[in-house]
Formats: sequence, structure tokens, C-alpha cells
Amino acid sequence: MPQVTLTVNGKTSTVEVEGRTLLVELLREKLRLTGTHVGCDTSQCGACVVHMNGESVKACTTLALQADGASITTIEGLAKADGTLHPMQEAFREYHALQCGFCTPGMVMSAIDLVQKHPEGLSEKEIREGLEGNLCRCTGYHNIVKAIDAAQAVMHGKAASIAPATV
Amino acid sequence: MNVAPFEGIGASVKRKEDLRFLSGRGHYTDDINRPNQTYAMILRSPHAHAAIARIDTAAAAAMPGVVAVFTGADMPSIGGLPCGWQIHSKDGSPMQEPPHPVLAQGKVRFVGDAVAVVIAESKSQARDAAEAIDVDYTVLPAVASTEAAIAKGAPEVHDGVAGNICYDWHIGDPAVNAAAFVGAHKVVEFELVNNRLIPNAMEPRSAIGDFDPTTDEHTLYTTSQNPHVIRLLMGAFVLQIPEHKLRVVAPDVGGGFGSKIFHYAEEAIVTWAAARVHRPVKWTADRNESFMTDAHGRDHVTKARLALDANGKFLALHVTTLANMGAYLSTFAPSVPTYLYATLLAGVYTTPTVYAEVKAVFTNTVPVDAYRGAGRPEATFLLERLVDVAAREMGIDKVALRRRNFIPADAFPYQTPVALQYDSGNYQATLDQALVTADWAGFETRRAAAKARGRLRGIGISTYVEACGIAPSAVVGALGARAGLYEVGTIRVHPTGSVTVLTGTHSHGQGHETTFAQLVTEQLGVPIAQVDIVHGDTAKVPFGMGSYGSRSLAVGGSAMVKAMDKIVLKARKIAAHLLEASLDDVEFDPRAGAFRVAGTDKQKTWGEITLTAYVPHNYPIEELEPGLEETAFYDPKNFTYPGGCHICEVEIEPETGHVQLVNFTAVDDIGRVINPMIVEGQVQGGVAQGIGQALLEGCVYDADGQLLSGSFMDYTMPRADDLAPVSVATHTTLCTHNPLGVKGCGEVGAIGSPPAVINAVVDALKDYGVRHIEMPATPAKVWSIINAGLRLAAE
Repeated sequence: MPQVTLTVNGKTSTVEVEGRTLLVELLREKLRLTGTHVGCDTSQCGACVVHMNGESVKACTTLALQADGASITTIEGLAKADGTLHPMQEAFREYHALQCGFCTPGMVMSAIDLVQKHPEGLSEKEIREGLEGNLCRCTGYHNIVKAIDAAQAVMHGKAASIAPATV
Repeated sequence: MNVAPFEGIGASVKRKEDLRFLSGRGHYTDDINRPNQTYAMILRSPHAHAAIARIDTAAAAAMPGVVAVFTGADMPSIGGLPCGWQIHSKDGSPMQEPPHPVLAQGKVRFVGDAVAVVIAESKSQARDAAEAIDVDYTVLPAVASTEAAIAKGAPEVHDGVAGNICYDWHIGDPAVNAAAFVGAHKVVEFELVNNRLIPNAMEPRSAIGDFDPTTDEHTLYTTSQNPHVIRLLMGAFVLQIPEHKLRVVAPDVGGGFGSKIFHYAEEAIVTWAAARVHRPVKWTADRNESFMTDAHGRDHVTKARLALDANGKFLALHVTTLANMGAYLSTFAPSVPTYLYATLLAGVYTTPTVYAEVKAVFTNTVPVDAYRGAGRPEATFLLERLVDVAAREMGIDKVALRRRNFIPADAFPYQTPVALQYDSGNYQATLDQALVTADWAGFETRRAAAKARGRLRGIGISTYVEACGIAPSAVVGALGARAGLYEVGTIRVHPTGSVTVLTGTHSHGQGHETTFAQLVTEQLGVPIAQVDIVHGDTAKVPFGMGSYGSRSLAVGGSAMVKAMDKIVLKARKIAAHLLEASLDDVEFDPRAGAFRVAGTDKQKTWGEITLTAYVPHNYPIEELEPGLEETAFYDPKNFTYPGGCHICEVEIEPETGHVQLVNFTAVDDIGRVINPMIVEGQVQGGVAQGIGQALLEGCVYDADGQLLSGSFMDYTMPRADDLAPVSVATHTTLCTHNPLGVKGCGEVGAIGSPPAVINAVVDALKDYGVRHIEMPATPAKVWSIINAGLRLAAE
């Protein structure tokens, strides 16, 4: 069986995979990083989004072999070692942007990439359009949009901390 | 003990569960891996209806990694999947209840019906082997729609179920109803479809069976909203495993919306197979399996007549509905179009007589059962479209017509003509508040401004009531439920004063770990950081009926309150002993965490009492047992009746027919609010699903029973840019019969919103002669209406 060597959340591993093994299967089944979820089989829902070399990818439509030599960040690798949450994680909690939590890892990873790609800042409409690749069945997205808006201010250095929610 | 007062009832406490979900430490069924685990792949029928002559599994069994292959022939002694509710037809006969095999027995009846299961060392090996199973099918004619199923000469889904009728039920007095139509000033006739929906919780269903041969204990890990119900149904009726040898665990569950209430074949398959192969067996649905095996929702075809007097007072309502059951009866399916639908047809109105006939019909489609709202969205959509049509045809303002027929705020408790007695509500108040929030009065200005931009703007309203908190056990028993519907709560106070709550409800997004902890803070004064809510494990929680029908707080929360009443009483007895006072003189102040002798400065802290309960050196041991743990079973006295008003504004682009949601206002009366942040989130999510039903979502089967909307590529789920901000507010009248005064907030969004959206779309198209538009109001449908109108104008 072919081997893949990749760095996930800073830790390098070499893993045997089948040619058809998906990146998400490698993460969940081989490395037991179950924070990344599988919600569909048509690359529509985005529950599986991780960062590969700094960019968001859908791990359910990426072959494990494509990740050879790559650096991967998953939801488990976002918080600092001392437990301090990433501003996007903090904003999701503050704005009640999650309910069942299943879409949340992919949503957070997509949102971080979206904000990072737009240092000029995103309008509410642009945030909504930027979430086109992620489905959430619980929240109706409104609080997710608010959370991303609050997080972008911190990520771009325009605010020191996440603005408190009003509800 | 210091208690932060803002953690109790009414505080928007941030959720305790969020940290693990945001860190990737959620613990969902598919995240669980048992030592020496195998993987199951289920071979499913590609045909809607076929006879199976032969299944050849030899090639599959010889494939690499295959542990076992099972078919229906291996499981003949196993009982079928049971139905939890029995309806009787008008003539008194019980509903038709054909067997529902776990694996097909000679026939398949819908696309996705389970035919065989492969157990292998890996998921891919199981998948490969399933493809090698050779099934000799003889395809039979199929029926997919209710109309086709009841047509003369239609193919029978089940041999001997004549006309595919499961039951022909009614409610109300037909003679009184008919008399009320005689001489009516106006009768509005109306037909509509309530579109079939696919629930699509983001987490696909999953199940792991495990068997310990040393103890004969079976464990099932499953994506369920109600693990005790699964233990009861699967243990007693399907596999004949007694409760004490069967543990069902429902860990974190990624959304349910009803679809994870029901007992599914896969749960029985993995539990049974694990004991056969003596290894754990894991199955997780691919999304395409979710589409074709998770119970669908809605799917009604309805004809209605509403009689009015000259002033617009409703005199009588007559409804006939065809409800699709799918190929087999799912767990609660028969109750949905009857006691959760027709009993709500009085709505918020004083209509003196309502008569409804419901025919439930078998078709060659996946079973249909409760989906968020379950019956009540169907009733609300019918009523609120009908009232709008009546207003237009009578030339009466649609808000005025509603007001004229509202149940007055001082008329509660109000007995409807269709069995229910509403305990409280104030429909005028929620309407008034919503009209102000939505700036109803200023709408025509916005319509004119939109017109100047080339857009058609419309506004729609819906005023609704629903029934939650199911339900008094004796009542539902009389109506055909085969289970009681109480709830169970255990409060375990530890020696150092922290608390573990065991609840029979289940949280799969609702935030019970937070709101239930807030109840404990309110009543016992223990900070929520020192309260753990345990749910979802039959080995830990004594019993329970689970979460659905917005019942968790109204029924499960009430059980907790009752158990905490017992805790406080026992703690006061201990305090009275220590303080050498009479019980009547000892008061508990949860905010201060102190037991005081009234009128004195003598007191004991919460921690002193809880420690004494477990270290009973100085203790009234003759009268009181040590320890501080109490359990209560709470059986509700009535349903709860949330109600409210939803207002929607849309803009239509005439060139494309695209409907853009521009404004949505919800004012709901859900009784007392425990956590406003969570309530807002529940309503927003419910409204999103209602908007999805109205504008985007629709399950499509072709006439042969092939599922055409079988993936997220084909079934339109609401995405962030399909929706607009939803303004959520509450107006409270308390529930009068549960100790918290709560009504439930999980479903109001999905119940109130669809007619508000469609009323807005019809309003936007009012110049095009459209009386109704079926859901979902897709661009193609809207464009066709506009174009037909333009053609008419040109001619």
C-alpha cells in the first residue's frame, strides 16, 4: 500500500493508505482526529473542511495521496496550546453560532479562510455568499454571519476582543 | 456558596456544550470506535417495488475481508419494526399494519429498502462485497403519490391492503358541520399540497452494535433522539432482548428534527449481527442513504371548505386530507396526520365546527413520519392560506379578518371543536407586536419603492397556535399511543454540593446542558459550572421518552422541578435537625445558598447540608435515610399551546421569478423563557426550515417511485445567502399546568413561517391573478405565473 507523509496540527505522521482513501478518512480513521466530520458524499455540505497548506479544502473530496507532504490544520489544531480559542471559535460561542455542533468544525475552518482571504473586510452579504460551500441545518445561519463579522474585526487587528452579543 | 443571579431563569447564559463542539471534541456516534470493530454495508433496493426470487451472496462472502453476509432468510424469526401508534378508522376497525421486515422478506417496497448486509474488516471491503451480491428482482408496478395509490386498480403496496388505505379516520361531527354550511353567506373552497420534505440533519445516521458474551449484554450506540424508546421498541418487539441486557447510548447527536426519533432497521441489524459475529459492528449512512432511508416529512394533499357569514365570521371548516405513509408505518407515523394535525384545525379562531377526514395511504416510497412541527405545520399552512384567500374573496382586510375570528384573550381555557383545550394564549398581543416590529403600516411605501426598482414586493402574515409537550399519558393512550409520554428526572446532589442531573430527554442541538443547568441554579442555587446534565444512556438514566414535539423543557424540565422539590424538602429536614428548629420554620434561599430559621440569624449553608446527608453523624437517622438523590416522573396534565404571529416580506425579480426574502418577523408566545439566546436560536433555525419548505425544498419521486431528489445536488437546502436576518421576539402568557409555565420553542419557527412566506409571494403577485402557489415557490413556478399574466395582459 502507498504511504503518505503529512503534518497535521504540527505533528508529522506517515500512514499507509489505499489509493482511494480520502483525506477525511485518513484524519478520522487513521489519526483518530474525529473533529472533522462527513456530512455528505457530493462535496456540498462542507462539514469536512480543513486547511491544507493554509487554504481550506473539502477533505471528503481530497485524496489522502494528494496531501502527501502537506501541512494540514484541523479544528483540533486551532486553539493555542494553553487552550486559548481562536477568535473565530470564541466568536461562534459568543454569538450562539452553533447548535448541534456537527457542521461547526467545517464552518469555522471555512470562515477563517474566508476572512483571511479578505483583509479589506467582508460585508454581511459577502459573508453569506462566502458560506455557499457550507450547510447548517440548525441555526438558519444568522448567528454564524454575526460571529464571522465579529471575528474578522479581531483577526484584522481592528478590535482587541470579540464584541459582546446583545441577546 | 456564591450564586451569580444572572445564571438562573431568564439569563442568556453562554452554552456549556460549545467548548467541546468548537474544539473538535464532540462525541458523535461515528466518532466511536470499538476494539476489533467490523463495518456493515447494506445492500439496498434500486427498485420501488419488486419481488425477490433469489439472493446469491456466495461471491460476496468470498471477497477479501468479508466476515459475514446476511439476508432476510437469516433473520426470519426476528419480529418486524413496530409502529408505536394505532389509529382506528371511522368504522372502528384498526388501521392496516402490515409487517415491516428488518431485511426484505421476498419483496422490496421502496428504493432504499434493505435487502442484505455485508460485515467486513473495513468499510471499503464491505462496500465492494455488497456490490458483488446478485439479487434476482422481478420489478412490479409501483405507486409513488397518494392520488396514484388510491386510484382504481392501483398496484397494492402490501398484499391484501385494499386500495392502499392504511386508515380512513375522521374527527368532528359531520352532521353539525354540514348543517353549518347551509345558508352560509360565502363558502371558500381551496385545494393545496403540503410538499414532501427530507429532514437532512447534518449528521448522517450511524449505529454500532456491541455484544459481550461473558455477560450476554448488548450495547447499541445510535444517533437517536430517544434511546430508551429505541431500547423498548427494539428490545421488546424486534430482537427480544430484555431491558437489563440491552444498553442504548445516544451520545452527541448532530441534529434530529424528528428524523432520529424512529427505530430504524440498521439499529436492529448491527445489534443482532454483533451477537452473531461476536465482534462490534458499525454502520454509518452515506448521505445518499440518508435521503432514501431517513423518514421523510409532510406530503399531504388537502381539500378544504370554509363557511363565512356576511361579516366574515367563520361558521364551519370542512377538510379532507390524503396523507402519505410511505411503504411501511414508521414509529409515530399514524399520529402525525391525525392527532397532531386535524386537532389543530381550529387554529387561533373561534370556528364553531370543524370536521376533518384523513385517509392515510401506503405508497412505494420511504416511510413518512414526524419532521419538525409534525402535522402542525400542515394545519397552519392550510388555515393561514385559506384565511388569506377568504379575506381577498370577501374584500376584507386580511389582518381585520383574523382579528374578527381570534379566540379572545379572556376566553382561556378555550375548548376547541376538535378535542384540544388551549390553556393560555393572547393572539391579539402577538399580532399587535409583530405588526409594529414589521412596520406593517408602512408596507405600501416599500412596495412602491420596490416597484420603482422593477421588483414585485409582497407581505404575508400568519397567526398560529400549535400543541407541544406531548402529552398526558392517559389521553394519548386513549388516542392510540402504545407508550406513556411522561418524563423522568433524577437529581443527584453530591456530598460537596455539586449536582448531576439524569434526564430522559435528549439534547441534539437544543442546549439542554445549559438550560437545564439554569433550572438547577434557579431552584437549588448551585452555579451551572457545578451542574452536569447527563442524557442519552439507558445505563445511566433511569428511564425517559426522549426529545421531540418541543417537549424537553415542558415535560423533562417539569420532572426535574418535581425532583428538586423533593431534594429541597429533604435538605430542609436535615437543616431543621441541625438547627434544632421545626421543619416549618426552615426556609431555603437558593440565591444565598442558605437554609435559615425564619426570623433568626441561624443558618446552614447548602454545602453543610449536602455533606451531612452523606456523613450522617448528627442526623435524624430514625426518620430520614442518608443521601441526597431524588427521582421524579412527570406526566403532563395537558399539551402546551405556543402561538404567535409571523410576518414575511419578499421581493420578486420578474425577469427570473427569483423570490428574495427581505424581512422576517417572528413574535412567539412560548411561555416562560429560560435562556433568551437559545430561544432566539431555536426560532431562527425553525424559521429557516420553514422558509426552506416554502421556497426551496421539495422531495420528488417519479411516477415509478424513483427518488429524483436524492442528493444535495438535487434537493435544495437553504444556504446562508438564501436567507435574511429574522427578527425574533417573544410575548409571554404562561402555561397554566406545568410548574415552569413553559410551552416549548423548538418547532414554532417551522410551523408559523411557511404560510407567511407563501402569503407574501401571492401578495407580491396579486396583479397576476394568482390565487395560490404550491410550495416550494421556485423561480420556475413564479416566472411561469408572471409570464402567463403578461401574456393575458397582451391578449
